[in-house]
Amino acid sequence: MTQSVAMTINGRRREDHVEPRLLLVHYLREVAGLTGTHIACDTSQCGACTVLIDGEAVKSCSVFTVQANGRQVTTIEGLAEDGVLHPVQQAFWNEHGLQCGFCTPGFIMAAAYLLKQNPSPTDEEIERGLEGNLCRCTGYENIRKAVRSASQAMNGTAAEPSAQLVGSAAAPVED
Amino acid sequence: MITAPFEYARPGSVDETQSLLNKYGSDAKVIAGGQSLIPLMRLRLSQPTALIDIQGIPGLNEVRRDNGSVEIGALVRHVDIQRNAMLRESLPILVEMSNDVGDNQVRNLGTIGGVIAHGDAAGDYNAAALMLDAEIITNKRRHQARDFYRDIFTTALEHDEVVTAVRFPVSTGRFAYTKFRRRLYDWAIAGVAVQETGSSWRVGYVNLATTPRRGSAVEAALAGGASAADAAAQSGSDIDPTSDVRATAEYKRHLTQVLTVRTLQKATMAA
Repeated sequence: MTQSVAMTINGRRREDHVEPRLLLVHYLREVAGLTGTHIACDTSQCGACTVLIDGEAVKSCSVFTVQANGRQVTTIEGLAEDGVLHPVQQAFWNEHGLQCGFCTPGFIMAAAYLLKQNPSPTDEEIERGLEGNLCRCTGYENIRKAVRSASQAMNGTAAEPSAQLVGSAAAPVED
Repeated sequence: MITAPFEYARPGSVDETQSLLNKYGSDAKVIAGGQSLIPLMRLRLSQPTALIDIQGIPGLNEVRRDNGSVEIGALVRHVDIQRNAMLRESLPILVEMSNDVGDNQVRNLGTIGGVIAHGDAAGDYNAAALMLDAEIITNKRRHQARDFYRDIFTTALEHDEVVTAVRFPVSTGRFAYTKFRRRLYDWAIAGVAVQETGSSWRVGYVNLATTPRRGSAVEAALAGGASAADAAAQSGSDIDPTSDVRATAEYKRHLTQVLTVRTLQKATMAA
C-alpha cells in the first residue's frame, strides 16, 4: 500500500506515492533521480548519504521517506547557487578534500551543517563535527583543511586567490 | 537491507496514538526519530507490521522546570538537550551524555523518549534515569525508573503505551560521565556516570548488563567513607557484563573499576 508524500527538494516541490518502507536515500536516488547522495555502508555508520532535512544533517539511509513528508530536503545537488559552488564545495575542490571522492557528498553536507552551527570551529570541533562520516581512503587531513578553509571563506577571512577560484572552477565541475 | 513492509500512520495526538496501537495490535511500534528502530528493521531484527509516527504530536518536545524537577518531553532530541541552557543549569549530566550520543546526524533525529522506550542498556540516558530516580510518564501511568527496566530491550511498557515525558530531579551537584569506546560514534564498551546528590553519590552503569544498572554497592561504600578506589572495587556486584565482539566480560569488569575511580576523580576535581 502506498502513501502520498509531498516535500521540497532543493527548492523544488515534489509529490509522489511511495511505499512506507522506502528509505529517503532510495527515494532521492531512484524516484527523484538525485544520485549525488551516495549509499555506502548501508548501516547508518558512514554518513555518505548525509542530506539536510529542514537545514539539519541526517543520514538518509536511516529515515523513511514518509517521515520526511512535508519537509524541506537539501541534497548535494542543491548546494550550488546559480552555477557558483557553495563555499564548502569550493574549499573541498581547492584543498583536494578527497581521494576517491565517494564519501565526498556526505562530508560536504555534514561540513556545511557544521559550519552553519559553528562558523569558526577549532580542529577538534571539526573532527567532532564530522564524527558521523567515514573516509575509507583515510583522506582526513585534507578534509580538515578544506573545512578550515571553507570556514575562513565564509567568514570573509580567506586569502584572495581562493575567492577568485570560485567563478573559474565552477564551470568544469561534472555530476 | 530493505525492511519488511509495514503500514504507516501519523497521529496528531497521544489519544489517537493509543487507538492506533490498539487497532494495529502488539506488532505495531511507535517511531520517533527512528535512529535505533530503523537500523534494527533494516537488519530485519525488528519487523513491526505498523509504524505509528509521533513526530507531529504537539507538546511533546518541551522542556520544563518546576518544583525541583525537570520534565523533558519524549520528542526532545539529543541536539535539543545539547543546546538547552536550562538543562545545562538543572541537569548538566544529561547534557554531558547527549554530547556523546551517536554523531551529529543521529543527534538531529534521535529523541530521549526513543531511548527510554527502546530500553537499551547501552542507551546513556537510561542509566541517568535509573540512578537519579527519574519518572517515566506515559499515556497510561507514571513509572519509577527503578521498576521500568525489566530485561534486555524489555521495559514495563505495554503495547498500547507511549512514553510522553521523562521527569528528572534537578541535579546540580558535582557530576561526571565517562563513555569508553573505540570510535567516537560507537556505543559504550562501558559507561560510568556519577552524580553528587546532597551529601551522597549516585552511580550509574551503561552497557554493563542486560539493563542499565545502578551502582548501589559503590554508592554504599562511598557513603560509608570509602575512598574512590575502595568503593570502585565493589562495582563487580553492581554489574553483570557479558563477553561480546568488543571485549570479554572479565575485561569489562576490570574496566568498570578503573573507570569508576576515574569518573569519581573527574567529578571531584572539576568542582
